[in-house]
Amino acid sequence: MSTVLLEEILINAISKNLDGLGHIAVGASSPIPGAAALLARTRSNGSMRVSILGSEDNNFFSDGGKEIFDIAGQGRMDAFFLSGAQIDGKANVNLVAVGDYNQPKARFPGSFGSGYLYFVVPRVILFRLEHTPRTLVKEVDFISAPGFSDGDIYRPGGPYKLITDRCLFHVNKQKKCFELESVHPGHTVDEILEQTGFEFLLPNNEVPETETPDDATLKVIRGEVAREISEIYPSFASRVFGIK
Amino acid sequence: MLARELTIEELASEIPDGSKLALPPDYAYCALSAVRALIRQQKRELHLVGVPSLGFQADMLIGAGCVATVETAAVTLSEYGLAPRFTAAVKSGSITMMDATCPAIHAALQASEKGIPFIPLRGLIGSDILKNRKDWKVGNNPFADEKDDPIVFLPALKPDVALIHAPIGDKFGNVWVGVRREQMLMAHAAKTTYVTVEEIVEGNIMEDLQLKAAAIPGIYINVIAEAKNGAWPIGIPGGYDSDHQHLKGYVELAQTAEGFDQYKNEHIYNSKAEAAE
Repeated sequence: MSTVLLEEILINAISKNLDGLGHIAVGASSPIPGAAALLARTRSNGSMRVSILGSEDNNFFSDGGKEIFDIAGQGRMDAFFLSGAQIDGKANVNLVAVGDYNQPKARFPGSFGSGYLYFVVPRVILFRLEHTPRTLVKEVDFISAPGFSDGDIYRPGGPYKLITDRCLFHVNKQKKCFELESVHPGHTVDEILEQTGFEFLLPNNEVPETETPDDATLKVIRGEVAREISEIYPSFASRVFGIK
Repeated sequence: MLARELTIEELASEIPDGSKLALPPDYAYCALSAVRALIRQQKRELHLVGVPSLGFQADMLIGAGCVATVETAAVTLSEYGLAPRFTAAVKSGSITMMDATCPAIHAALQASEKGIPFIPLRGLIGSDILKNRKDWKVGNNPFADEKDDPIVFLPALKPDVALIHAPIGDKFGNVWVGVRREQMLMAHAAKTTYVTVEEIVEGNIMEDLQLKAAAIPGIYINVIAEAKNGAWPIGIPGGYDSDHQHLKGYVELAQTAEGFDQYKNEHIYNSKAEAAE
């Protein structure tokens, strides 16, 4: 197999967190999470559903825009992906603005479904491909969705992992913070410490390297997963997998 | 009962300044030809409601100075990048933002649909969305067993006008929207609904049970207007694709107020554009 791309390492790493689940939903503008969900589905013997917003082939909803939220509210969605212009050490997500809310320095599209889905979907995987002190901050400027809630708030869902272009964190629910799980090939713990704006826990033992997909997995990623993802994200599929 | 059939210009003239105007996102059916007429008629102080998000329609209306308030879960031009006139307006403070989350818009419209004053929704507690929405309240679940169960209460959201586009309608005002059923929710919840359609077809849509299953009945539809390619430059699902070159060109021009005015003069105000509507 040729050189393994970062995208393929991310797709593989994310997919490992989805095995055994029944229904994975993927939001708009998320080609890597979408591919990861499709990869996990190939291992599920037909027991996993994947719905991808914006897809015609992988979208079984028929009751309008509200249905995906109603499904999540009932507990019929096991995993979802969220990103953020900023993510902080308490797993708060900001999709709205940098600076003062009423006169922001930067304004982004908005919170979309995050203020709800983060509360009700059991495994929310945070995904940010720019791992810098600018994006992974001490404290977000606007909380679209809080990482954790007080005891009396209904909260079956919440953050599960945070994956970036440099590493993978898992969520320490007791301490309400992130803990470094693995570092992607070519990156170091020192670099992660330097490039992360928030404090996080380090494991007691040496931090492992994020697994590189084996040849069989790569074949699936570059084959059927790439073909399916090109329906929704043609420019991504063309850039990464050379699918025209 | 027959629906009133108007021209696009007449339809737009019935939407008053200050209306609470519900619009769908770009991936649904957007009545862009009617939006251009609103801009030509220099509407002011509109309160846009995104169901649940907004796109090019909102950016153009904001750029043209038609908008006072934006209530939405997001304003996005998806792969075309940030919405330039929206972003500039928020930064300068020229519009009031009512940030929401998608299911809050759907749920609040469902309260209007049912004719009830409010609806509870999970999530939101601890977010700055909630903190900035003085019209939303946190109460206790009245059916909670022993311990408190705080939950958000949203007041019913009743737009003055829902403005949508659809592939086909008939002279009775029945409109087929297919799988885009949020347009049905909009029509159920709004005081009045104005629809532009690609084609006003012969006969009665409700006599075909397959069409009826995905149609808004005329009882909700006040006015219908025929607008071939009425969503252009956006596409319609199962119909025509978005005009990518045009949308890219819009986003480039709309980076500045002057550029937006140039776009407006070329594509919205000029007589050729008007005659084509």
